[in-house]
Amino acid sequence: MSGRRVLIIVPAWNEQDAIGGTIAEIRECVPDADLLVIDDGSLDLTAQRAQAAGATVCPLPFNLGVGGAMRTGYRYALRNGYDAAVQIDADGQHDPRYLARLLDRLDTADVVIGARFATSDDPYKVRGPRRWAMVLLARVLSRLAKTRLTDVTSGFRVSNRRAISVFATHYPAEYLGDTVESLVIAARAGCTITQVPVTMRARVAGRASHSPIKAAVYLCRAIVALVLALVRDWPAQLEEGSTAEDVEGGLPPGVHPGAVAPQPEQQEHQQEVRP
Amino acid sequence: MSGVTILGMVGSIIILLALFEMMRRHRLREKYALIWALVALAIITVAAFPSLLFRTSQAIGLEVPANLLFFGASMVIMVLTLQHSSELGRLEERTRTLAEEIALLRLEIDQHRAADPAPRLGRQSGRTDEPAE
Repeated sequence: MSGRRVLIIVPAWNEQDAIGGTIAEIRECVPDADLLVIDDGSLDLTAQRAQAAGATVCPLPFNLGVGGAMRTGYRYALRNGYDAAVQIDADGQHDPRYLARLLDRLDTADVVIGARFATSDDPYKVRGPRRWAMVLLARVLSRLAKTRLTDVTSGFRVSNRRAISVFATHYPAEYLGDTVESLVIAARAGCTITQVPVTMRARVAGRASHSPIKAAVYLCRAIVALVLALVRDWPAQLEEGSTAEDVEGGLPPGVHPGAVAPQPEQQEHQQEVRP
Repeated sequence: MSGVTILGMVGSIIILLALFEMMRRHRLREKYALIWALVALAIITVAAFPSLLFRTSQAIGLEVPANLLFFGASMVIMVLTLQHSSELGRLEERTRTLAEEIALLRLEIDQHRAADPAPRLGRQSGRTDEPAE
């Protein structure tokens, strides 16, 4: 891991049955990373179980969706000077054993996606309109990022400092915003995106719908979300969505961390000295 | 004075009085009051001088002048609703930002409490403000 300070962000909403196991597994695979669970307004014991499993818990006052939870996580990462942030689902769908491989790729890219469908023997099968939507999204994003991406709706993702500073201010809460639109934003902010093939596990509690109507609706919404993401004047979000601390404290988009003087040694327990 | 004129006048005067009273009680901000005041004034004008409406609809080529009125009214309502939707979106974005900030501050406070051995004022550990179980 080459001495990187890594923060693992786990957005969790009513995941009391899965969260403990997920955290224990992550701990085992990457013992030296910090774990932050964003409790997205859960009404069950998610926060308590996560705390008991040894994670730091950041409780949102109400449900914001993955986008809101993740922006909170990226802000935390930015303010506490982490070198890399990992986004991983609480339901155990993402296998943390791939994390080391994903983090290694950060040397050459700003965002690394853990992607399905990258190899022909991937057991994860999707058909019909849902599949078309995923292929369409992947093709457009591949062109935008100038690299081959096969799974842009994956919530398994690793970002470096540069991408963290982009995501801390721009992480849409809208439909598909947490996956597709945030990637568009990263690409348009000049971040390089790459992927590592992973196999994902079946959800513990199945939710994947096989209804063709739902799949068609998904396709339409995906197209709308994609077109909006592409034409959107995204820095406009800055006005409402960010705080001065993030804008001044973080790297502005377009500045590569390599060009900036090394960060001073980070204190324990985030005792930030504010001006 | 025809019945239509009186009806229009009375309606717009009620709107104007309501606006004034709401602003006086701090129930309405002037940026929203302005547009409603303009609507009320337009109604008064049309009620007082119906020939304005007749001549305009004739010039456009509408056979029934009331249709112009309906078109105008529906456009005004649409624009106002659109403005409200956009204001709602802005408010949602702000609420979201506030919620995220609150979450981060709560975490920071918890971490300081955990690091600092000072008395905890009745807090055992973690969160006690959640609904039971």
